[in-house]
Amino acid sequence: MAKMTLEDLRKLRETKRQDMDMRSPDNKDVDIIVSMGTSGIAAGAKDTLKAFVEELEKRGLTNVAVRQVGGMGLDHAEPTVEVRMDDMPQVIYGSVTPEVARTIVRRHIVGKKLVNKHIYDRPSADIVADTKRGE
Amino acid sequence: MPSTKGYRLHYTLGEYLLDLVQNSIEADAQLISLEIVEEQSTTGGTTIRVVLQDDGKGMDRDVLARVLDPFYTDGVKHPGRSVGLGLPFLKQMVESVDGTFHIESVPAEGTRLEFSFPGGHVDAPPKDGITDSLQRLFCFDGDYELHVVRRRFDSGYILQRSELKDVLGDLETVGSQSLLAEYISSQEESLDTQ
Repeated sequence: MAKMTLEDLRKLRETKRQDMDMRSPDNKDVDIIVSMGTSGIAAGAKDTLKAFVEELEKRGLTNVAVRQVGGMGLDHAEPTVEVRMDDMPQVIYGSVTPEVARTIVRRHIVGKKLVNKHIYDRPSADIVADTKRGE
Repeated sequence: MPSTKGYRLHYTLGEYLLDLVQNSIEADAQLISLEIVEEQSTTGGTTIRVVLQDDGKGMDRDVLARVLDPFYTDGVKHPGRSVGLGLPFLKQMVESVDGTFHIESVPAEGTRLEFSFPGGHVDAPPKDGITDSLQRLFCFDGDYELHVVRRRFDSGYILQRSELKDVLGDLETVGSQSLLAEYISSQEESLDTQ
C-alpha cells in the first residue's frame, strides 16, 4: 500500500460516504461501548474492539458508534462491552473475545436477540458509588 | 485454581501506550504529545524510545512516588476506572529489559515520561499490533488533542487528532475507524525496514 496523504484520506471518505448514503442503513442509534481500562487492555479489549469494527464494516453497518471508555467495575469479566440500541434492553456483556464480539454483531445487533451466556449485570451499588466518588 | 486462559499483563508496546495516554486524558490534558522512535543503538541493535508529554493536572512528589507502587490506590486517581497499574507495569517491564525509565511531573503544568529499551532484548515487548494501538489512542471520548510522532531510522510520520477528526468527520463510527486504521497502517508500512 502506498503511503496515503490526508488528501487521499479525505477523498476515500467522500467515496465511502456516498456509498453509505445510497444504502442508507438504519443503524445510527446503535452504540457499542468497550471497556478499555488497564484490566480491559490486559484481557484483550483491543482485539475485541478490532473484531467489532471489522465485523460491522463487513456488514455495511458503518454508522454504528464504537466507543472506548475506562472500566465499568467488572474487572473479573473483562473484556466487557455495553450495547445500547432501540428495541433492545441495555446490556453489558462480559468475557467478550473477538469470536463473541462477532456473535454479538450477528445475534444482538442484526438479529435483535440476546447472547445469553455472556450477559453480566452492573456491579453492585457500593462499587458503583466508589467509582463515582472520583468523578 | 481460576483459569487464566487468555489473560495476561500488558504484553505489546501498544498496550502500554494505550494505558499511558489514558492516564493523560484522565488528568484533563488538552494536549498530549507522544513520540515513538526506533533508532540504531551504539551496540548494533535497535533502541526503542518513547516520550510522552501532557499538559494535564500533574502530580506532586508524593503522588508521583505512590503511582509507581502497584499496591497503592486512592480510589480517585482514575475517575471511571477502579484500578491503575499502568505505570508500575511499565516500570517493571523497562527495568527487566535493561531499559531506562524517567518520569517528571509538575502540579498544574503536566507530566513528562520517557522510557527506552533495547528492541532486541528477549523480554522486550513486541511491536505487534502497533497500528491498532495507535488507532485506539485517537478514539477515546473527549476533546483532547493528540500528536503522535513516529520515527524509524530515517523515516517517519506525524498524526494529529484534530486533523484526522476534521478529515473523517468523527472518530466514533465504524466507517471512520476503518478508514483511520487504513490510513495509519499505510503510514506504518512506509517506514524504513532498516
